[in-house]
Amino acid sequence: MDWLTTVDHKKIAVLYLLGGTLFFGIGGIEAIIIRLQLIKPMNDLVSAQTFNELITMHGTTMIFLGVMPIIFALMNALIPLQIGARDVAFPFLNSLGFWTFLFGGLLLNLSWFMGGAPDAGWTAYTPLSGTKFSTTHGVDFYTVGLQLAGLGTLIGGINFLATIITMRAPGMSFMRMPMFTWTTFITSAMILFAFPAITVGLVLLTFDRILGANFFDVAGGGNPILWQHIFWIFGHPEVYVLILPAFGIISEVIPTFARKRLFGYSSMVFATILIAFLGFMVWAHHMFTTGLGPVANALFSISTMLIAVPTGIKIFNWMFTMWGGQVRFTSANLFAVGFIPTFTMGGITGVMLASAPADFQFHDTYFVVAHFHYVIVGGLVFGLFAGLHFWWPKMFGRMLNETIGKWTFWTFAIGFHMTFFVQHFLGLLGMQRRVFTYLPNQGFDTMNLVSTLGAILMGIGVMLFLFNAFHSFTKPKGVANDPWEDGRTLEWSIPSPPPEYNFKQIPLVRGLDAFWKEKMAGHQEMTPAEPVGSIHMPSPTILPFVMSVGIFIAGLGLMFSGEQFSNSFMSFIFNNWIVCGLGLLITFGSMVLRSLFDDHGWHIELEELEEEGV
Amino acid sequence: MMKWWQPVKRILPMLAVFSLLLAGCGREDLSVLRPQGPVAQGQYDLMKLSISIMVVVLLVVFVIAGYVMIKFRRRPGQTEIPEQVEGNFKLEIIWTVIPLILVLVLAVPTVREVFAFANDHSDDKNAVHVKVTSHQYWWEFDYPQYDIKTAQDLIIPTNKDIAFELKTVDVIHSFWVPSLSGKMDTNPDGTLNKFSFSTAKEGVYLGKCAEFCGTSHGLMEFKVKAVSEDAFDAWVASMKAPVEPIADQALALTFKNQCLSCHAIGDQGGSAGPNLTGIGSRETVASILLNAEGSQGGDPVVDNLKEWLHDPQSVKPGNKMPAPKDLGLTDEEIDGIAEYLANSTLK
Ligand code: HEM
Ligand SMILES: [Cu+2]
Repeated sequence: MDWLTTVDHKKIAVLYLLGGTLFFGIGGIEAIIIRLQLIKPMNDLVSAQTFNELITMHGTTMIFLGVMPIIFALMNALIPLQIGARDVAFPFLNSLGFWTFLFGGLLLNLSWFMGGAPDAGWTAYTPLSGTKFSTTHGVDFYTVGLQLAGLGTLIGGINFLATIITMRAPGMSFMRMPMFTWTTFITSAMILFAFPAITVGLVLLTFDRILGANFFDVAGGGNPILWQHIFWIFGHPEVYVLILPAFGIISEVIPTFARKRLFGYSSMVFATILIAFLGFMVWAHHMFTTGLGPVANALFSISTMLIAVPTGIKIFNWMFTMWGGQVRFTSANLFAVGFIPTFTMGGITGVMLASAPADFQFHDTYFVVAHFHYVIVGGLVFGLFAGLHFWWPKMFGRMLNETIGKWTFWTFAIGFHMTFFVQHFLGLLGMQRRVFTYLPNQGFDTMNLVSTLGAILMGIGVMLFLFNAFHSFTKPKGVANDPWEDGRTLEWSIPSPPPEYNFKQIPLVRGLDAFWKEKMAGHQEMTPAEPVGSIHMPSPTILPFVMSVGIFIAGLGLMFSGEQFSNSFMSFIFNNWIVCGLGLLITFGSMVLRSLFDDHGWHIELEELEEEGV
Repeated sequence: MMKWWQPVKRILPMLAVFSLLLAGCGREDLSVLRPQGPVAQGQYDLMKLSISIMVVVLLVVFVIAGYVMIKFRRRPGQTEIPEQVEGNFKLEIIWTVIPLILVLVLAVPTVREVFAFANDHSDDKNAVHVKVTSHQYWWEFDYPQYDIKTAQDLIIPTNKDIAFELKTVDVIHSFWVPSLSGKMDTNPDGTLNKFSFSTAKEGVYLGKCAEFCGTSHGLMEFKVKAVSEDAFDAWVASMKAPVEPIADQALALTFKNQCLSCHAIGDQGGSAGPNLTGIGSRETVASILLNAEGSQGGDPVVDNLKEWLHDPQSVKPGNKMPAPKDLGLTDEEIDGIAEYLANSTLK
């Protein structure tokens, strides 16, 4: 119950972590089944239809529901700590963001049990995703589920923007913010600009499918290519929304374990902003083969290639952070340094893809599959593992086992390269992506086998991590404030796990790497910026949960509003929009409640603080 | 101090080995790495250029990363704090400018090729014009100059530009013959995509649908058969020759009523399904059942036809052809039609 009503950013972080793990697990199982189907030519483990549902759900789940919440988990757990704040700007919204995300994800996955999952690819290109060619409710689950989950993301992004802008501790100027806070800030700004595009796109597609509109239907005067533009105007920034936080994590982990400050901090900030900006200018590189014409192709080719420049700056800065340092290879740092070459490989194939004439050959083949997995798995997932190993003691007050951590790294890394390296060649040899099977004797067989075996090894790596996580909970809570001994930023100056109010006194920040600076000056703690006093806390509330349940019900009602059920009562309540209306009533009702009853929160008084003896 | 060309000297042979490796990869009639025509060759050259630049970058990163990780690991007993370096303006400028130059080196030929490949031959009198129409999950090829239509096997003469016009009747597909050219989408919005390729080498090339288009997307293949100009003219002539009808009257009627409502053979029939003229001489049945009579070897045509006709769904899940059994055909009738089609060859 405590968990349903919490508005504490640290608990919401744990909720995000659990939710993310759940969906990451589902997406992972889907991936393994996909690879098992492709282990040999003309395999018939699953049917063509099931396979298409699997790839669609794997892509959608992984991008929107798997890695995204784990990123949000780390952001939630750390941003207030890193900037010296007691919570996020809008704790109520924070909880609302989580619950809408979770119910969106659940709605999407319900499709497996309610007559067919979406089957038009995670990009849901029209007209294939229209009712004419995708006849089950699958794509409806996609549009409505993602709409809800996207709402959660947008709320979260706005919240982080407000938090970082307004709640930094005294002395924490923008150019003193830790890199992870910076990338969170930029990421949130990208979310703010990119997500409205997909929101609009999904609304249009929902209208086409459920209400018979014609936005993407040629016969009705619509244009299916429009969907591709809308999707990628959101979709390309989205991949940077994913990768920038990983850049931030790496920029925290490497300096800590090299005992050196980040090389070229200001160029890192500048590069991040530049990447975000260019990220919005390159969407049509996903559409070279739609026939945009040579002028558009040339322009989008060049703008895409330019992204390699700020990315390159980052790679070299990381390597020179280690130069002259004392590098410790903890499991967190293994993932961080492992990130550098793997991500570089992904970036490099990205530049190759950017060359439009060459992309005519690469596009929609396994070469692209290899490319984006090198970026998303070799980049982002490595980054997340680094971050989780690094901040686990801070979040839970317990260490992860280093030996298991190293095993996790090696099995995962080796499995990863086995799976995806060969896929570059599969693409070049002529294997298209999204095929449920392939004919023998085309030179695809051995590499597909290797790829599948690699995927299984990666799966073992993930299991090891999960085991490690559970194992850590058998140990007592309360490791040192600064368990890695070389912590540089504010979060390492407070207990692990942090108390409910984070900082008893808001710290005074005197430079970049604030805590490190104090340590070098011989202090054990941060200098406070305020006297000890009573602390204002927001009250827990069930309303965000109820609101999300409401839109969840409304979403289901909307989807089935045209369906004929065998049961006349069901038909009645769905077809007359009763269910849909009921759901909206619950949501709006909670909103009204929220506005009518002012809740001023509560205070932790001075005496209580002293009693706890912190 | 190491001489500057030392690393270059080391990298060059590696690159040579690398491109040899690449060139040896895959089937000649399928692999992107073994181009068989000028268009694919141009694209391949660009790929080689980009991969060479990129492999150099990668090696630099690997070498520095490896060096740093080995040289600067923390040794036991090391307690002094390393110097906290801000950054280095000169170095940072260097690794901003060098990538910029590399990007430029790649961007110039990219732009040149983008425009080179955009030349369209749709008004070229010397080119062979082909209208490609994609369907879930088969390909139709229409030769307006010769007034013939075929499906699944695209016959082209060598040494001529083939000017394509691409469209679809349902969802988006993508027309791709890896060893002859990159892919191009078939759009449903009425815009015709145009492009062209050619080859000097006779042979059968494998083509694929590259845009996800539904259940049997992975099985939506086709063959491009490049033949000499004379052979091409002979093919055109035989496609236009009258087709021998089925000898058995009753069976001929069934065939006409049940099959020709969608398919055409010779000058009869409809166009909702693939044109069947000369199907006995094709490379495949339904684009994936390889015929022993074709260049790639497989089962006898008649067996493939029987397999298809007895259960089209099991061969290509989700395809739009009704099962002949459901149309009321008996097993004997199905086999009879299969025999007839297998013998319906081009002279
Ligand atoms: C150096 C940076 C990057 C460059 C130059 C780049 C370039 C490209 C290009 C040109 C494509 C289109 C390829 C095609 O479909 O033929 C592509 C596809 C893709 N990229 Fe990237 N990319 C970069 C970074 C990223 C990042 C950071 C991510 C994700 C975190 C990412 C994820 C993807 C995905 C998912 C696709 C496949 C889209 C699809 O067809 O479904 N890329 N990239
Ligand atoms: Cu297709």
